[in-house]
Amino acid sequence: MRTWLDKQRYLVDFTVSSLARRKAKTLGLLCVYTSIVFLVSSVMLFTAALRREAVTTLARSPELLVQRMVAGRHDLVPASYAETAAAIRGVQSADGRLWGYYFDSFTQANYTVMVPPARAATKVGPRRAVVGSAVARARSLEAGSELVLLSYSNLVFVFTVAEVLPAESELFAADLVLLSEDDFRQFFRYPAGQYTDVALSVANPSEVRNVAAKVARQLPDARTILREDILRTYQSVFNWREGIVLVLLSAAVLAFAIFALEKASGLSADEKREIGILKAIGWETGDVIAMKAWEGVLVSLTAFLAGYSAAYLHVFRWSSRLFEPVLRGWSGLYPRFDLSPETDGLLVATLFLFTVLPYAVATVVPIWRAATTDPDSVMRGAL
Amino acid sequence: MYLSRASDRAFAIVAVLAAVWLWTFADASRIRARRAPARAGQAELAARLGLTDICLFTEARYTRHLSQADAFSPYQDHPGAVEHFPSGSLVVPPDSWIARHAHLAGQATVPR
Repeated sequence: MRTWLDKQRYLVDFTVSSLARRKAKTLGLLCVYTSIVFLVSSVMLFTAALRREAVTTLARSPELLVQRMVAGRHDLVPASYAETAAAIRGVQSADGRLWGYYFDSFTQANYTVMVPPARAATKVGPRRAVVGSAVARARSLEAGSELVLLSYSNLVFVFTVAEVLPAESELFAADLVLLSEDDFRQFFRYPAGQYTDVALSVANPSEVRNVAAKVARQLPDARTILREDILRTYQSVFNWREGIVLVLLSAAVLAFAIFALEKASGLSADEKREIGILKAIGWETGDVIAMKAWEGVLVSLTAFLAGYSAAYLHVFRWSSRLFEPVLRGWSGLYPRFDLSPETDGLLVATLFLFTVLPYAVATVVPIWRAATTDPDSVMRGAL
Repeated sequence: MYLSRASDRAFAIVAVLAAVWLWTFADASRIRARRAPARAGQAELAARLGLTDICLFTEARYTRHLSQADAFSPYQDHPGAVEHFPSGSLVVPPDSWIARHAHLAGQATVPR
């Protein structure tokens, strides 16, 4: 056993020396390989954490929402819809919700303006507002300061900020402006007796689909959104099969394929000569292959460990700063948030197998032929 | 001499990287425990206000409220509009928008 370990150490000595003789190529390869692992790991860690955060936080979103559609567009819901829905067996309550969007030309940002549900502990007084922390940051607001908004009817509304929502809630409430119902209706000239949608509370979770079907029958122009639809939306957000994640992963797969093909397609003249000399001085075929296997393992393992660790630090210690320009897009307002790490063992294992194994195998494949051929032929370039 | 051999230096580098890699798992556990109260508070606020979506993309209403938007909004600006906000290329529409119902053809009863 000790002899075997000593032998492996000597093989690694030679492998590292061989890599050091091609310093620029080795360092370049390590940098590119590590960068690709970093990119793929960052995306996978970020999307897994974001999905988990969204699904966990939205687990108690309204059980059933009823919207009204006119010619495919979302339209206002009359109060009679809430009464009709409330009369359906199994519905505990049906509350009209008021929410909408406001474009603030001062900050070039969109705010979500809403009235807290009647049952919520959060109550907003007349001409007062509760704002999200990103809104407060954009408009330099704090409790007691004034929020001046120009309505779409060209009237100036001045609200006193009653409270700024906690910074920890930015991922969900960064752009919120909470107003009282009277203020909301005056600000948007929202017709009395009309709502944005209706939130239903259903006593039995297994009856939600049945209630939704009844709502659809009694209100043919209604569109129902179940809580499970909301959660499913966020379970599949940044799905690896679609969108930008598919583009990034495809680029990474292509890069790894190019690496592996370049390695497996054959040896350079220097490498062939090196193997020929090793065979000529008495190295066995198994030793040559073991040396090359060590080269593949050392390079790919180093790249994986460094790339993954850097990705972890980037996502969970530096708040995914590199992704911010991509995610921000044209938004005037972007939340500052920290995610809880979701380091799934399957995800790490997939990354490991995807990054380490193919390159290690691809390094060994072209060696086989050279290592089993007559050294004289190899050195003469007849291979 | 300490780390005089090339293999010792190589293994030392891998060992340091492996230690950092293992540390990330311990750190993840610590961060989860530290953020648990904030996460619970966030969930309670979302439930209290009846929130339905994350506030990551505020540039367009159909990306701000992914689960609530109608299929009309991405293309509403003019008759030949294409979906043009950058965040529209980052997230896909909800399943309900793109669900295919061809398998139901011939199976529904036409009401008379």
